[in-house]
Amino acid sequence: MLRIHCPYCCEDRAEEEFVYAGEAGITRPLAPEQLDDAAWGDYLFFRTNPRGAHQEMWFHASGCRRYFKVLRDTVTYALAASCRMDESLPLPAVDVLP
Amino acid sequence: MARAATGISNSGHQRMQRYSFFGLARHAASFHEHWQRAWRNPVMKPGYDVIIVGGGGHGLATAYYLAKNHGVRNVAVVEKGYLGGGNTARNTTIVRSNYLWDAAAHLYEFSLKLWEGLSQELNFNLMFSQRGVLNLGHSLQEMRDIERRVTANRLNGIDGEVLTTREVKALVPLINDSPAIRYPVLGASWQPRGGTARHDALAWGYARAADNLGVDLIQQTEVTGLRIEGGVVTGVETTRGPIHARKVACVAAGNSGVLAAMAGLRLPIESHPLQALVSEPIKPVLDCVVMSNAVHAYISQSDKGDLVIGAGIDSYNGYGQRGSLPVVEHCLGAIVELFPAFSRVRMNRNWGGIVDTCPDASPIIGTTPVEGLFFNCGWGTGGFKATPGSGYVFADTVANGRPHPLAAPFSLERFHTGALIDEHGAAGVAH
Ligand SMILES: Cc1cc2nc3c(=O)[nH]c(=O)nc-3n(C[C@H](O)[C@H](O)[C@H](O)COP(=O)(O)OP(=O)(O)OC[C@H]3O[C@@H](n4cnc5c(N)ncnc54)[C@H](O)[C@@H]3O)c2cc1C
Ligand SMILES: [Zn+2]
Repeated sequence: MLRIHCPYCCEDRAEEEFVYAGEAGITRPLAPEQLDDAAWGDYLFFRTNPRGAHQEMWFHASGCRRYFKVLRDTVTYALAASCRMDESLPLPAVDVLP
Repeated sequence: MARAATGISNSGHQRMQRYSFFGLARHAASFHEHWQRAWRNPVMKPGYDVIIVGGGGHGLATAYYLAKNHGVRNVAVVEKGYLGGGNTARNTTIVRSNYLWDAAAHLYEFSLKLWEGLSQELNFNLMFSQRGVLNLGHSLQEMRDIERRVTANRLNGIDGEVLTTREVKALVPLINDSPAIRYPVLGASWQPRGGTARHDALAWGYARAADNLGVDLIQQTEVTGLRIEGGVVTGVETTRGPIHARKVACVAAGNSGVLAAMAGLRLPIESHPLQALVSEPIKPVLDCVVMSNAVHAYISQSDKGDLVIGAGIDSYNGYGQRGSLPVVEHCLGAIVELFPAFSRVRMNRNWGGIVDTCPDASPIIGTTPVEGLFFNCGWGTGGFKATPGSGYVFADTVANGRPHPLAAPFSLERFHTGALIDEHGAAGVAH
């Protein structure tokens, strides 16, 4: 069970209050009609899926109902940081997140 | 007939002793002390024609069919842990072929047909039991989807029937058929030829047969890099040193993305934990497989008597081979509503595997932009059933350097052309 820090509620809350919302930092192309198939397919389907530090989004469904960003290790599942959508996550510290 | 094997050298090759009732009786007379080891533990050679990365069922099956069907015997399977220790020995062993779309139906049905003769072919008891698989429907829309899928299956020559609540109850007397529950059983699809098998036996059966054809099974050796020169693969780096290879075939399930990154490639795959659990053994109460897409739970009873229960994936990405408790609670809540009699059965073990989920819930089998480098991955939550077929078509793909006709629709390019094979909803729960 993860305990996730919501940067809006400023609290660690149980995983069950949240909904996972996928990799963070993927921006929808402003002019999709100008992309070729490769670029559009990459945007839609291809993800980083790292073994280690992962920037991801969570939705506080049973709380403030806001989206925010989390830096989490996908092997240990340890959460290193959370921030609001308009903030940037810290770069993963190499010793904490191999 | 040769007496029991003694003094086999580690890498020396010896004819495989066939398992049989008489062999069992003969070995009983010598207190089972002289069984031949099932496969060698060979010393890694400096180079091979083909290196298969990943010694799960799919990798081992690929090796076997390369040797058997294509005469490619200078092959190594390189496995970082032990054979079958990944998802192969962590799954809930459900085998079926009732997928919606033609491409998927053909591939999974091809696999099911191979299952039907496989214990004999491998001379290894896979405990393949065609006890039938029910996919429950809990809403009108689900029942419509089930009718559509069963019709599609039958057009593809795959057995299937749509059952009413009463017919489901007749097959599974313990099931709760009350219309008043949160997810009432409105009916089901029924595939009589589906069932279960012993998962590690599948890995062992293929391993033994591949070894017998000369394939080297290299365990406890992790691939840490791919050697690529001028866009052509030339070998792998491992924790025990480099190995040269003309072709490299990656079959690493949840870790496929890690291997792809070694070649500078990205895959449309995300790795998630998928959990399962087994109960203490109880008397026989359930003689088919029951699955439900809506409540993300599926259950069967093993020959030992344990209830084998699987959940849905944990939503977040993970490589940790464990998931979170809420997913298990949710799954067991659904099981207990469907089978109130199981509410006081105690669970013995719970574990997770790392599944490689694809956006369209179908696998990726084929070539890559790197010459000589092949990937077979993305089987996600449902690749155990496909192991024989996957190995068969992938061996053909690797041997000939182009996709086998059954594998062709499952190319990586489909995520750019848009020709997805969406097996999410209509194929029942994705296992
Ligand atoms: C809980 C659970 C339940 C499931 N239930 C079902 C079911 O009922 N029916 C069904 O059809 N499917 C089911 N599946 C899915 C099924 O288990 C998988 O799709 C299938 O077993 C994949 O086989 P594989 O051989 O590709 O992978 P694996 O068995 O995972 O083999 C991959 C191997 O690659 C090795 N490896 C990875 N990286 C490296 C490296 N760098 N170097 C060397 N080796 C490496 C791993 O150690 C591993 O042994 C389930 C999965 C899980 C986790
Ligand atoms: Zn909040």
